[in-house]
Amino acid sequence: MADLHFTDAVATDGERVAIDLALGDNRATEAEGERVVRGGASRRRGLRHLLLPALHALQKESGWISPGGLNYVSEVLQVPPAESYGVASFYEMFRVDTEPGHDDDVVHVCIDPACRIDGADELIASLEAEGKHVHRSPCLGQCERPPAVFIQGRKAPDVVPADAEPFVLPQAGDGNLQLLKRLGVVDPTSLESYLEHGGYQALTRALEMGPEAVLEAITDAGLSGRGGAAFPTGIKWTAVREAEGADKHIVANCDESEPGTFKDRMVMEHDPFALVEAMTIAAVTTGASNGWIYIRGEYPQATGRLENAIAQARDAGLLGDDVAGSGQSFELEVRRGAGAYICGEETALFNSLEGFRGEPRNKPPFPTTNGLFDQPTVINNPETLLNIVPIVLEGAEAYRSRGTERSPGTRLFCVSGRVVTPGLYEHAFGATLGDVIAAAGGAEGDVQAVLLGGAAGSFVTADSMDLPLTLEATREAGTTLGSGVVMVFNASDDLVDVCQRIAEFFKNESCGQCVPCRVGAVRQHEMIVAIGSKPMPQDKRDLHEDMVKVMADASICGLGHTAASAIKSALALGLIGADQ
Amino acid sequence: MTTTTETAVTISVNGSDVSVAAGDTILDACTAAGVDTPTICYGPTLTPVNACRVCVVELEGSRTLVPSCSRPVEEGMVVQTETERVNHSRKMVLEFLGSGVDLSQAEEITGWMQQYGAQPERYDNPERMNEEVKIQDDLYVRDYDKCVLCYKCVEACGDDAQHTYAISVSGRGFGARIATEFDVSLPDSACVYCGNCVAVCPTNALQFKTEFDLRKMENWRPEDQSVTTTVCSYCGVGCNLELHTQDERIVKVTSPDDHSVTWGNLCIKGRFGWQYVHGDSDG
Amino acid sequence: MFGAGGGTSSYTEIEETDLIVLWGSNARNAHPIFFHHLMKGIDNGAKMFAVDPRRTSSAKFADVWMGLNLGSDVALANGLGREIIAAGLANEEFIAHSTQGFDAYKEAVEPYTLEFTSQLTGLPVDVIRELAHDYATAEKAQILWTLGITEHHNAVDNVLALCSLALLTGHIGKWGSGLVPLRGQNNVQGGGDMGALPNKLPGFQNIDDDAARGKFEETYGIDLNPKPGLHLTLMFEAMERGEIKAAYVLGENPADSEADIQHARKLLEGLDLLVVQDIFLTRTAEMADVVFPASVAWAESDGTVTSSERRVQRSRAAVPPPGEARHDIDILFALAERMGHDWGQPDPQQLWDELRTLSPMHQGMSWDRLEETGGLQWPCPSLDHPGSPFLHGWLWADDLEGRAPAPFVPVTHQGPQEELTDEFPLRLTTGRALDSYNTGVQSGGFSSPIRYGDALDMHRIDAERLGLADGDMAVVSSPRGSVEMRIRIDDSLVEGLTFTTFHFPDLVDANVLTNDAWDKKSGTAEFKAASIRVEPLAAARR
Repeated sequence: MADLHFTDAVATDGERVAIDLALGDNRATEAEGERVVRGGASRRRGLRHLLLPALHALQKESGWISPGGLNYVSEVLQVPPAESYGVASFYEMFRVDTEPGHDDDVVHVCIDPACRIDGADELIASLEAEGKHVHRSPCLGQCERPPAVFIQGRKAPDVVPADAEPFVLPQAGDGNLQLLKRLGVVDPTSLESYLEHGGYQALTRALEMGPEAVLEAITDAGLSGRGGAAFPTGIKWTAVREAEGADKHIVANCDESEPGTFKDRMVMEHDPFALVEAMTIAAVTTGASNGWIYIRGEYPQATGRLENAIAQARDAGLLGDDVAGSGQSFELEVRRGAGAYICGEETALFNSLEGFRGEPRNKPPFPTTNGLFDQPTVINNPETLLNIVPIVLEGAEAYRSRGTERSPGTRLFCVSGRVVTPGLYEHAFGATLGDVIAAAGGAEGDVQAVLLGGAAGSFVTADSMDLPLTLEATREAGTTLGSGVVMVFNASDDLVDVCQRIAEFFKNESCGQCVPCRVGAVRQHEMIVAIGSKPMPQDKRDLHEDMVKVMADASICGLGHTAASAIKSALALGLIGADQ
Repeated sequence: MTTTTETAVTISVNGSDVSVAAGDTILDACTAAGVDTPTICYGPTLTPVNACRVCVVELEGSRTLVPSCSRPVEEGMVVQTETERVNHSRKMVLEFLGSGVDLSQAEEITGWMQQYGAQPERYDNPERMNEEVKIQDDLYVRDYDKCVLCYKCVEACGDDAQHTYAISVSGRGFGARIATEFDVSLPDSACVYCGNCVAVCPTNALQFKTEFDLRKMENWRPEDQSVTTTVCSYCGVGCNLELHTQDERIVKVTSPDDHSVTWGNLCIKGRFGWQYVHGDSDG
Repeated sequence: MFGAGGGTSSYTEIEETDLIVLWGSNARNAHPIFFHHLMKGIDNGAKMFAVDPRRTSSAKFADVWMGLNLGSDVALANGLGREIIAAGLANEEFIAHSTQGFDAYKEAVEPYTLEFTSQLTGLPVDVIRELAHDYATAEKAQILWTLGITEHHNAVDNVLALCSLALLTGHIGKWGSGLVPLRGQNNVQGGGDMGALPNKLPGFQNIDDDAARGKFEETYGIDLNPKPGLHLTLMFEAMERGEIKAAYVLGENPADSEADIQHARKLLEGLDLLVVQDIFLTRTAEMADVVFPASVAWAESDGTVTSSERRVQRSRAAVPPPGEARHDIDILFALAERMGHDWGQPDPQQLWDELRTLSPMHQGMSWDRLEETGGLQWPCPSLDHPGSPFLHGWLWADDLEGRAPAPFVPVTHQGPQEELTDEFPLRLTTGRALDSYNTGVQSGGFSSPIRYGDALDMHRIDAERLGLADGDMAVVSSPRGSVEMRIRIDDSLVEGLTFTTFHFPDLVDANVLTNDAWDKKSGTAEFKAASIRVEPLAAARR
């Protein structure tokens, strides 16, 4: 590739073995005898996407990204060491420092809102007293069972202790469930069980219908993306089908990291074959032969179940060269993120998967023509993909019988905080905020505020219980459904503390690429901390308003656009900064 | 010779139609229309990273402002560059930078700050870059307290020119820094001292030791300097050198951005191999 | 090549070529900014082969590095030619229309089967075939070389063998294809342009061409000697025979840079008169009877230089020369005056215009145009001519523009002049480091953080066998002498091959070791292949 230069640091034997295992036979340069070495730019480019898996292997082996290990990874993949370091230092789960204990097991404890109002500080204190190496983590996607813990093992599997608890879906047995009906019912480790519960009927049906009819059904059904941006799925898929390019990709964006969000984890853990089937439908419909599941690194159980599901599907001929006898090929691979909220942004996800820093790309061009590896790409979040199954099986009309005209279908809600039964719920669009809270057993105590849509969403107060949860009604009310977060705070909760943490979250999670977000998120945090529980003077309110505007107008991606919205709403509602 | 047929694209800038070649950017169109646009991370020889966002303009039909440096023109685009929204974003970007970075040697940027009314002093106790000056050899000085993270040095060191990849952006968010792997010293890194990073730095965060030393002695006088273009004396490639001289001594060497041999780039010999002209020696 | 001596292609062309064959060149170090253009070509999708005994920095960019035996370049080129013909991949139409001597070439390369070529070069058969087929079938392909081709005793043969490959495939005379020798010094091309060759007048006009010479004789009102003069190596031989008794050396340091340096110094010392005009008091200047302190051409005086892509560019004075130093032309004018010729006031632009009247290829390059354009590429015969990005487009003209078809010149493999023996069992080759230049008189002026000084680089296994570790001192001997050198282990070398730079003659007199066997056609010495013995310093002293 290039005349790379390496420091003298050398990998240990263990590191070499671990990295070699992760990389298989892939080498960016290869000697043929003494006199010939093959290398070159195209070969190197083709292997770059293995950087993240290699760094994971190194982190697992040594408990950190050691200089010798980094050199070895860089040499084998012919990635410049400075770039490998730039990538490694981007992610929360990779350590590049040498603080004492830096290479121990790491106990990640969530300090985001649902956990911080429910015992995170006490848990951290007790773990640290035990001498554990604790990392204060952003949301771990377990808001229904706070405080959340994830243990990143050195030379041992990563573990979420709470995964050992039995799983109960709060709405179990509800005949109206569309997306969640198999959760807790089907054996998530068995293809046979999935087939017994109606699995793969949709793929069969989709192959009978043909791609044009499937696209028409999705478009007619009015399905829109469930990740937050609500882009029409039919338009996206049609664009990819029509895009030029031999290689196309289906990417499931399973980097669920929006504070308060855990829906995708539950679906992947308890109905993993459904995601695989839905992606396969996307593949045969758009003509893509490569599938990628990019899943956040803190989800070991979901990762394991998806890998198992893929292996079983492949063995059964439902993936591979000839999907279900259709003559189409579709290969599916799981890639783990390494702790970066920004990688849930679709173009940042592409960069991360390709082995670069998870920095968003400017759009246009859009993923439908220039996505993963600069090729046409469908990228959807798991909830969106799951909706394909009912649309294909029952048709657009039946699908539209649920929800509202402009928000058809059902929606998953991640209900957490001060409710009797936190958990994952499915409701038809149009259920009110009050309905959703009531379905979770009602609020505990007096509702002070509800964080709607996640940290990138906004606060509403008890006045909004009649707000219908549809795209149109929330937009009109100046809020958002976001990723379906409904996080309830009661009068005893310290919203100043919660808002400071939200500001800190964006400060920590900004990738740092563009000025409005990199600096704006820091300045917002400083301002919110300085105000504390004091009233916010008008000049500071103006300044915050100025910051909100530039971040929303001039940031590269959605993170920057929304990094000030929750704080803005808290200020507007008088939850913080109010005159006493 | 290969020449692609250039089709013209017409867009409207501040109400006037302007035609530019297909593939050109909105920035090119603004320039063609005589509209000055501030840019920091943009460089004529570099792939746009559109990270600084100071060149944003309002594009009809776009929810957010768009970076003019990287957005290709499309027929019929309607662009505004002097609206309240545009001015506000430019002002705030400059203000944000001024609140955390030492811009004392970035004259162009401080000029725009005045023009747009940026007030970096509006922030109470703002976190700053807070970096020590790095002097690790006799050729370069790296003062990351002046770094605006425009990525230009990384691009010049990497794919856009030198392909040496000694530096990258490391870390994340406000903690992001330009660094070698594990921040090893420059002489221990892959650096080959071509100086192409220094040449593209917009804030003097990267500077040649010659300039740094003269500044330290308060004897760096750009107004007394002249620039002479000549040809490098080393290998036969024929790189054009711009010799910056002060008091009949060479104080800095650059290369023209628009010359087809170098496109602004040089190697260590062309950049630093002039000391012998003044009888200086490595000793 | 086929007439005028210059690279056929522009730098920009390599950005758009499909196949790059970098042969005996470490351009990454020696021509870093040209390599920028090459890397753009790679980034744009070109495939690259690097043919070099060492896996150099440049070779690390290649899709395929081919580490041939030192000095087996002709064998490889002939083997490629034979395979291209045998596989039916030769461009028959081009050969028939634009070339001559193909049958003799075909016959000459016939013995170089893949197997035989493999034996001579040490390269696997498959890879030789791959290069042959890729080169022949590429739409656009360039072969580039530097001193790895020309610093051999059979340098011209090497070049001719590469030229034949271009003729065989038609990779010449069109955009993106060509033969590109990269010039090692900033104005070596310009020197040639100006007639600083024993057999040429300015503009590559032959001295024995009566019409061409006649123009000069008429302009200057004197008769010129129509016999070609001596090139550098022949001059030293003439010194040895006592036929040359005086030398006027301008901007050259032969007392450090010649191969077999001890011998060269003895000859210089034996001269009756040695005049040196230089910006430094070099080792040669120290030996001189008279020294003219000159100015630094590129920074202290006005003029032109010509680059590897035949681009004539203006150099300009930025600072005045120090002390009593004077511009080169001032010195020459003053010398002429002392000899009784008043040439008037020296003026670079006037001299340039004088050249333009005598050298047709420079005719269109007015001083003003050079200023405006940032340089023009010769030939540029008229003021409305844009200059020539590439040469030999006539090969594709229906009538060849009235010229004779380009000749194939068959050559045979000879190998290095100096064989390996039990006494001298290792190969030594030489080259340039990124931050240093030739004998170091200029590049020694700045403190480079990446400079390591001259060392003998060798393969790990060779070093181990000799009981040497990285950094040890050793005595390195060739049939011509011995020097002490630091050892550096270098994984880019194959077993049996060693390497050194020659930038620090004050510290290590590396050219004590090199072979002055020279090419009878070009006069270049075999810097690139000597035989040596290496012993640990302690053992040698015992």
